[in-house]
This record gives sequence, C-alpha cells and structure tokens, in this order.
Amino acid sequence: MAQVRVTVDGVNYADDVEPRMLLVQYLRERLGKTGTVVGCDTSNCGACTVHLNGQSVKSCSVLAVQADGAEVLTIEGLARDGELHPVQKAFNECHGLQCGYCTPGMIMAAVDLLGDNPDPDETEVREGIEGNLCRCTGYQNIVRSVQRAAQMMKPGASVPTESPAPVAGGN
Amino acid sequence: MTTTAEPTTELGKARTRKEDARLITGRTRYTDAITPHGTLHMFVVRSPIAHATITSVDKSAAEAAPGVLGVFTAADLGVEAVGLPCAWPITPDMKSPQRPLLATGTVHFAGEGVAVVVARTPAEARDAADLVEIDYDPLEPVLDMEAALADGATLVHPDLGTNENATWVFDSGAAGTGGSVDEAIAAAEADPDSIVLKRRFRQQRLIPAFMEPRSCVVDPTGEQITVWAATQVPHILRTMTTVTLGVPEAKLRVIAPDVGGGFGGKIGVLPEEMLCVALAQRLNKPVKWTETRSESLLAAHHGRDQIQDITITAKKDGTVTGLDVHLLADMGAYLGLVGPGVPILGAFMFNAIYKFPALKFTCTNVFTTKTLTDAYRGAGRPEATFAIERIMDELAVELGRDPMDLRKQNWIAHEEFPFTTVVGLTYDTGNYEQATEQAMATFDYAGLRREQEERRARGDKVQLGIGISTFTEMCGLAPSRVLGSLAYGAGGWEAASIRMLATGKVEVVTGSSAHGQGHETAFSQIVADQLGVPFEDVEILHGDTQISPKGLDTYGSRSLAVGGIAIVKAADKVIAKAKKLAAHLLEASEDDIEFNAGQFTVRGTDKGKAIQELAFAAFMAHDYPEDMEPSLDAEAVYDPENFSFPHGTHLAAMEVDTETGKVALRRYVCVDDIGNVVNPLIAEGQVHGGLAQGIAQALFEEANYDDQGTLVNGTFVDYTLPSAADLPSFESSTVSTPSTSNPLGVKGVGEAGTIASTPAIVNGVIDALRHLGVTEVEMPTTSQRVWRAIQEAQGRSTQETPVDTHSPGAGLGSIDPNNPQGEVQ
Amino acid sequence: MIPAKFDYVRPSSVDEAVAALRDAGEDAKILAGGQSLLPVLRLRLAAPSVIIDLGGIADLRRIAEDGDRIAIGAMAPHHDVMRDDLVKQHVSLLSQATATVADPQVRHRGTLGGALAHADPAGDLGAVALALDAEFVIAGASGTRTVPASEFFVDYFTTAIGEGEILTQVRFPKYTGWATHYEKFNRTAQAWSMCAVAVALRIDGGSIAEARVGLTNMGTTPIRASGVEAALVGQQANEDSARAAAEHATEGTAAPSDADAASDYREHLARVLTGRAVLAAAG
Repeated sequence: MAQVRVTVDGVNYADDVEPRMLLVQYLRERLGKTGTVVGCDTSNCGACTVHLNGQSVKSCSVLAVQADGAEVLTIEGLARDGELHPVQKAFNECHGLQCGYCTPGMIMAAVDLLGDNPDPDETEVREGIEGNLCRCTGYQNIVRSVQRAAQMMKPGASVPTESPAPVAGGN
Repeated sequence: MTTTAEPTTELGKARTRKEDARLITGRTRYTDAITPHGTLHMFVVRSPIAHATITSVDKSAAEAAPGVLGVFTAADLGVEAVGLPCAWPITPDMKSPQRPLLATGTVHFAGEGVAVVVARTPAEARDAADLVEIDYDPLEPVLDMEAALADGATLVHPDLGTNENATWVFDSGAAGTGGSVDEAIAAAEADPDSIVLKRRFRQQRLIPAFMEPRSCVVDPTGEQITVWAATQVPHILRTMTTVTLGVPEAKLRVIAPDVGGGFGGKIGVLPEEMLCVALAQRLNKPVKWTETRSESLLAAHHGRDQIQDITITAKKDGTVTGLDVHLLADMGAYLGLVGPGVPILGAFMFNAIYKFPALKFTCTNVFTTKTLTDAYRGAGRPEATFAIERIMDELAVELGRDPMDLRKQNWIAHEEFPFTTVVGLTYDTGNYEQATEQAMATFDYAGLRREQEERRARGDKVQLGIGISTFTEMCGLAPSRVLGSLAYGAGGWEAASIRMLATGKVEVVTGSSAHGQGHETAFSQIVADQLGVPFEDVEILHGDTQISPKGLDTYGSRSLAVGGIAIVKAADKVIAKAKKLAAHLLEASEDDIEFNAGQFTVRGTDKGKAIQELAFAAFMAHDYPEDMEPSLDAEAVYDPENFSFPHGTHLAAMEVDTETGKVALRRYVCVDDIGNVVNPLIAEGQVHGGLAQGIAQALFEEANYDDQGTLVNGTFVDYTLPSAADLPSFESSTVSTPSTSNPLGVKGVGEAGTIASTPAIVNGVIDALRHLGVTEVEMPTTSQRVWRAIQEAQGRSTQETPVDTHSPGAGLGSIDPNNPQGEVQ
Repeated sequence: MIPAKFDYVRPSSVDEAVAALRDAGEDAKILAGGQSLLPVLRLRLAAPSVIIDLGGIADLRRIAEDGDRIAIGAMAPHHDVMRDDLVKQHVSLLSQATATVADPQVRHRGTLGGALAHADPAGDLGAVALALDAEFVIAGASGTRTVPASEFFVDYFTTAIGEGEILTQVRFPKYTGWATHYEKFNRTAQAWSMCAVAVALRIDGGSIAEARVGLTNMGTTPIRASGVEAALVGQQANEDSARAAAEHATEGTAAPSDADAASDYREHLARVLTGRAVLAAAG
C-alpha cells in the first residue's frame, strides 16, 4: 500500500492505495467520482480526461500514487456555485453531445485547450481535441461548442445563452 | 441546417436537450457506476485461439488466489445445455448451432469465454484469471467465406454438416412484384443495344465501437432479480433472459440506465449477462461485469462483412432493366440475436430510389471461426446502398454518362409517389429532384467538375474526385405483419403511456429506450404540442421494465416513427378522456367541447378548463361522469402500417494525393428528406454522427484477422476510429416531403448518414483516379490501397498487402494484445 | 484494465533512483511519463515487480543552455519541450516533431527521455535525436556516461541504456538558424507514424551547406539518411535537388511490413516524404 494525498474538486483526501491503482479507479471507486468514465485501455479515447495540476491528462494512464500532492479537477468540480462553466453551457447549447460518455473528457480537454489558446480556429480545435474520441456526434457540434465557449469566455463578452441549464439535482 | 423563423409549435423547434444537464456535469449513471453492497466481480477467461479443442481446464491455482469466490466453467454452472437466442430464423431450414454461455469442448472464435472468475474486486478477478490454466488442441481456423463453402472445408460446427447457415432468396419474378432477372440478363446478353455489367464489392468487417464498454450488474436480493445493463434493448433482454435461463419474466427487472452509445452493438443478449444472472443466483450476491476496450473489440459483435457480387443490366440509353445480387455474409462462429437477418434487411433496398423492373437477391450466410456479426448502424441497408450506388457509377462510366444524369433517368419521379417498388414496398413520399437540386447547387457540382478537368489536364499530384450517393432507406422498424412474413421472432410495435399528475405535470412512459438519441427532449416536444402543456412540464421515463413494462426498444431508426407515434396515440386518448370530463364539469355536450393548446372550451363561449385543471379534477374525483373512471391516464400500442422512406442526395469532394495515396475529404454536402423534423438540432446531430461512421467505413476502419484467426487490431491504437482532426465539417441540410404513413409526417434519421455516406466517399475516391485506370479500391481506402491501385493500373506490380501483421511499433511493441503468449518486451 | 501488482518507489534524486534500480534487480521498470508503459501494464503485456517513478526528481525536468548545447532533462514533458524558447530557437526540429506526438493530454505527461528510452521505432523523436547528433547522458552505479545518438538505438525497444542505468538528460547541439521540418505520415491523426522524415538544413546563400536527415519507422531503430544528406550538400534547395536526394532515402533502411504499409510502400513513402520534408524545411 502507498499513501496518496490529493485535492480533488477542492476537497482534500488522504488514502492508502495499491500502487497499481489508476487515478481514474481512485476517483471512481474510492471517491465515488463516477462522472469521470473509462472508455479504453490504451490512452486513446480520452473519456477519462481530468486536470492534474491544471493540465489535462488521461486519468487511466496516471497511477493514483503519481497524483500524490497534486490537485485534481474532474467534470464534477467544474461548475462553481451552481453556475455551469462556459464550456459546459456551450456543449448544451450547440448540441455537442449525444450519449454523453465522451463528454466529461471532451469538456475537460476543451477547457484546457481554451486556457492555452483562448481563440482557436476550427483546425486548432480539431487538433486540440484529437486525444478524445466520440462515436456519436461526428465532432462538428463539439467543435462548434468549443468555439462558442471561446466567445463566451472572452473578457467582457456577453454572448447570449439560451436558457442556461441549471445544475439540477444531485450534488 | 436551413434556418427559418422559430416555429410556434414545439414541432420543429431547435430545443437544447434536457438530458444534457446531467451528462455535462458528470451526474450520470452508466452501468459501471452501479455497485450495490456486497457486489462480486466477474472476469471472463477467453480463448486466445480461434478454433481449438479444450483439452483441460485447471482452476486450482485461481481458486486459491486472494479474494476469489469461485472459478466456473459451463459445466460447473450447469449451463452446458443453455443456448443464447437467435430471434430470426430466416429460412425454415436455417442451420443454427447452440451458442453457449461458455465454450465447452471446442472454442469457435478467439475471444470466446471458457471460464469465469468471481472475486471480491475486479483486480482480484483479473489477477486470478491469469492463473486459470487452459490447454487447447488447435484446429484449423475457418476464415474465408468462399473456402468455407467449398467441398471438404473444415467445419466450424461439424454437427451441422456444413458451414452454410442459410440461403435466402427474393426473386421479384417469383414474388409477382416485378419481372424475372434471369430473363432480363438473357435479354440484355442477346441485345446489342444493352449491356450486362458485373462487379464484386467487399464490405469489410467493422466494429461498432460504442464509447461505453458493455457492462452489467445483477442483484438477486429482493423479490425481483434486478439487471442493470448497458443495452439498447432492456425489454428484449428481459424476455430473452426468461427464454434463455428460465427465470420467470415477472421475477426479472431490467434497467438500462445511462447508456453510452450502441449503434446496433448493444442489441444483443450477451453470454456475460446470462452468466452474471446465473452467478448472482448461485452466490446470492450482486455480480458485476464490465468489459475492457480490448475485450469489447475482440468479443462484442462485429458488423458488415459481406462479399457482394452484383450484376446490372441496362439499355445503352441508360435504362436499367434488371439487378441480380449475390451476397455472402459472414455470420462469424455463432448467430447473434438478429444476425442472420441483417443482410436480409438490405434485400429490399438494393433497388433503392430506382424504378428497376426486375430484382433478384440471393444471400448465403456463412459460419467462420470469427467473432459473430450482428446489427451495426444501418444493418443491411448500408451494404445495399453501397452496392447499388457504386454500380450506378460504374454503369455511368460504361455508358459514358454523367453519373447524376443516369440516376435521374432511373429514379422515381416525384409525381410518381406513392410508388410500389420491384420488391413490393410502397414508398409513400419523396422528392429526389428537390434534394438533388439543392445539394448540387450548394456543392457547385458544375464548378467542381471543371476543377476536376483542369487538374486532370494539368496532371496535378492531388486529383479531385466527386462522389455521389442518392440513397433511400426503410425506417421505422417495423410493421409486425411484415416481420411475421420474414419469420422474425417479434413484432415491431411500440408502447407508450401518459400519466396526468395531480399537479398538472405529465409523465410519459415510452418503451423506446434511448442511448444518446435525445428521446427525452424530442418526445417532450411531441407531448407538449399534443397536450398543450409546457415542454418543461413533461418528464420522459424509459429504460426500466418496472417503469416502462412494455416496449421493443431502440434500433432501426424506429424511435420517432414508431415510438413517437405511440405517444401521439396515447395523447389522443388522454384528450378524449379530458374532453369527456370537461363536458361534464362545464355542463356542456361533449360535441361542443373544443380542444386547443391545452384548453378545453365550450364552443362559442369563454367557458373552459385547462388540461391541468382537468387532471386535478380527475385526481380529486369529487365530480366526474358516471361512465368514466376518474383518470385521464392512457396508454397505447402503435403498430406501423408501413415503413417510412427517408432519402437524400450526398455529394463528396475527395482529394487524392497520387504520390502517397492519401485520401482527404475536402467537402461533404448532403440534403436529406427526413419528413417533418421534430427538433432540427437533434436531427442535424444524428446526420453528423451517421456521416462520421459511414465515412469511417470508407476511409479508416477494418477489423483484421491473421491467418490463425486472431484479431490483430484489437485496441484503439490500431482499430482506427477517426478523431476530430480526421474529419471536416459537413454541410448538411434538410428538405421535407412529409410521410403520409404516420400522423406526424416523420420518417426517421438515425441511420441516414451512415447509409448514405460510404458510397459517396468511395465513388469520389475512384472518380479521382478513374483517368489513371483505377476501377476499384477496397474499403477502407487507405493510402496503401490507393497507392497500390494506382501502381497496378499503371502496370507496375507491387508487393502483396500483408493484412495480418501487427504493427511492430505503435506503443505496444511487437505484441498482439489479444495474444498474451506473444513476445513481451 | 488493471495492471498486475507491483511495488512502487519514488526516489527524489538520481542517486536514489540508481540505488533503487540496483535493489530491485532486473524485474524493475522505470516509470517516466507512463504514457506507453501504463497501457502496456494495463494490457498485462508486462508485469514488472517494481516500478521506479522518476516523477519525484525535479532536476530531471529542466531545460537549459549549457555552452554550445541545449540540455533537456529526461523527464521534461513533451508539452514543455515543444514550447520551450531555447528549444524553439536552437533545436526547432525537436520542437516541431514533439508537437506531432500523440495528443495534448499525452504530451502533458509523456517525456522526451521516456519516449527515447522506450525506443519504439514508430516513435517520432528518435529520428530527430539521431539526425541532430544528440548525446544521451546515462547514470549508473559507477557514475554517468555520455552516449552519442549513433550508438544509442540498438534494436526494437532496445537502447544503450544498460541494466541498472537511467537516462537522465538528452543534449542537443545548437542548430540556430537552421531550416527544419518534420514530415509525418500516419493513418489517422492519433495513429503512430507509418513513416516520417526529420530534416534540418543549414542554407547559406541559397545553397545547402549542411544537412541532417532522420527517418522514423523505416527499420528496427531510427535511421540516419546519410545518403540523402550527402546528396543535398552543395545543392540549391529546390524541387529537383530534393527529388534527386530523396532517391537515396531508402539506403540502409529495413522497412517493416504491417497492415498499414508493406515494405515496398514504406520505401516509396520514405522517398516521397523526404523530398517534401526538404522542400518544406527550405521553405
């Protein structure tokens, strides 16, 4: 067993884990953060993407012990004070998701992309999310979502949003 | 999508989706997130060999491993005699092998389960699986369909005496729906003013590759056994679990919680699901199974895999006189739930949008020692559409005609609808001219043809090709009587019920269980219009057989055209009841009650009641007519009378680098006629996603087996799904000739993009290379295949393509992940 | 999905790491960024008894100027390497090639040293290191030694790093002002290179004064295309010279055959891509 101390979505945790436990397993099985999902075993699909110390990573390809001392942000911690992150809003408004399975990873990758490049063109968006596979959307509305979010996040932007979805129910 | 003024009805409004709120925040419940207290975890020990006799199974080390509750073979579980169901015996003499829960005696494909380990944690189950020692005596694999049918071939199932599953024939001459193809061919051969054109096309083997791996949890505690499953078909799974294991249907509750995509790939009844039920009953604890991606690619059913021999006859003026279709369809080692019927679904679509006078379809299904095949998005119709749209291009070349003109000459003119086709289907509505004109204008077809000519003349390195696909499909599976005539083991109806709650809210129960399609939003829009209630007040319930006891689930673009209409029928009944109650409370004759936008009013007065008030009155039940029950709730079962027939014109501009063979999709324009559109945002999303999958078949994906029958691209490293960086934005729009076969005038959209796009892409690739002498490039049209096709057309011989070699590099080393005996670096 | 059990050590210095490696014996694996190792462990294609994680050694992430070299710590993530100003200025080819590796998430975790030590012949960075005559600093029980790139790559997944040794730094000579390009050819954006060509040219007065060319996935190791280099030197950088030089691209290669590309096609690609890379580098 090894100890891992980690902050996840703003909460501090300390746990003994098997060294072989993957970060995504730790999030799901220990912390109940099942919003982050697993889609493959070769770090191709990106469904498990979270932020580790502010950078997008595939949490299936990081050991929980490697996150010791780190700060992790998952899809469940992205909305603040009941207000959705602009990328979440944009995915809803632009129909950037269907079955929703790739969505947590896709949103976390997109947030990181926009942190890096606040105004990406279509090619930059497509290359920026190439580590995330989606089987439903054909990506077009995901690309639109990311570009719309970029507009919403511009300083002083007041992009009208259609009926912003509340963070309903749950936690 | 064409933007128009926001409609005043919900129908046609681009509502953002209700279901997104949970999906974008991670507040989801996919099956793997469900872990009741005491859950045990199952891992399946799979055969690494395609075809072998099991000589011994030594479980002792695994049984002694930490956390292990048991290791079981089929014999240990007493399920050797249990066979998984095939619901579609396509012919009376169809050969149907038992499909066991775990192989006993012989394994028939690489990936077939031989034993299961049950342990306290998934890791312990996985660890112990490495300790199960299974010895195999290899048998000859059966991999090639034509060789499998030859005399003396190794038999996959020797007791069947053949590798032929069944041969299914439709002959329009014999059926009386058209002429005789044999006569058409004989006539064409004898006529100097006619031609006979033969082509062979190959539909490669594909993997549905839904993003959520399959998973199930079975909880045997309590009165009902509860099954959570990542399935498209909770109702069918419940019935089939009873059929398979004998658990009384009323003692089973099946829940499909959030399901991460299916595309046909989650239509099956899985051995793993049945094993979890059997183990949960035996161990009296919840049992859970979640597959890994590499397991999924290996063992979840595959799709397509056909050899298509097509003969078309035509007058030299372009009029097609007959079409003869001979298919070989690879079933894999066993029959899936509807596997043998998948190619048959294409039988009625080979004539597509055309007025062919004679059609004959002969399909032979073949057993091989590969993973079984079953439905994959489009199921039968993409194969048919590919073959006909490819050969129409070939015919145009032979006759020196523009491929669109040739199509137009043969298609059903819009004034000819309703039109009964050569296979006896009646297309209710359609307007191929309208969709085509719009698509060609958007695409600038003439301009691109000019550019193509210029590039050819200049001898550009990068050549331009234009690919056409004018497709139609049959949606809304299906009229039950038609299914009966095809010996399908179920009906095609759908159920819905509506509950008017005391507080005025509406609960709608549908038997159509969504896995990404947006039913919760689209169905809410339908109900809001029908009952005149706010969209927000409608809650759609589905996917749990205790909540939605009756249904036939989601596949075949049926949810809206069948499930949606069931909701309309239930709403009609609610309105009829409400009208009666309104008349009573308003002291008026029922005939004088008018219903509009949620208000029941007495004609010619301002007296009225809102539907919510009537729901409350029914709940209170203090005052209601003697001849009615105090309830507005209603249910309906809708059995469609006809399919619906969406169609569209798809145009692809392909750029092919003739030096490297690399193919790039420069532009994709499609105009689809899907009838009335409930939600343009959702419909557009369905088209985009469908296009991506159809394009992926044309350009990227193929499940490759080596000469030992091992799947060689069994991870996402080498089963190459396209990413965002591999696809362009599509220019999609719709036109509408509303269906007259249902009250909403809808047609269905879930599979359209997939069905249409594959031939458009391949036609475009070949069109770019035709002047170099290239006439065919097999799918996927990889750079290597294209380069080789060019070399061969130029008379330069090249090395044979080794399809069975695993990449030496690519992160995993020179190792086949599905063959752990391989070299480990 | 779940790796087999292993023990885990996270040393905080290279000396500790070397000691840990000695203690663990030959059944240990070094974890750098883990972007190739973790999938391999998850698929149970390898099951080391001990994992030694270099992630706790901050020194190994440093990128610094060291005289006429740019010294890059083995644990510098791809993301840092491709954006580093020193690398962009002096080793632009490395910056360009690194930007094509995998995807953003993998580049956040994956490291230069990890990728080179893994020595996947389809990996993109070996050809760059080889073409640019990088030096590999390797630490062991008896101190450190420096291995030139020409001796570093031995075979598939095999390098000059010996038992008990750890790659700590990769040192690149400065190629300030050189014209560079990495031409990558793959089946999908996410896929590994089917073939790729790394080119660096020193162009003086319109003619090529020096050339460095490396090939990816054209043998069991990265390949230095010396014949192409020789053919380029002294030529004007134009279509004809590029094409003529590219004819030498397959000299000394042993192109593998797989489902994506049989060897004849790979050889053809190497020639075409070499020509394109030279022209793209020359701008």
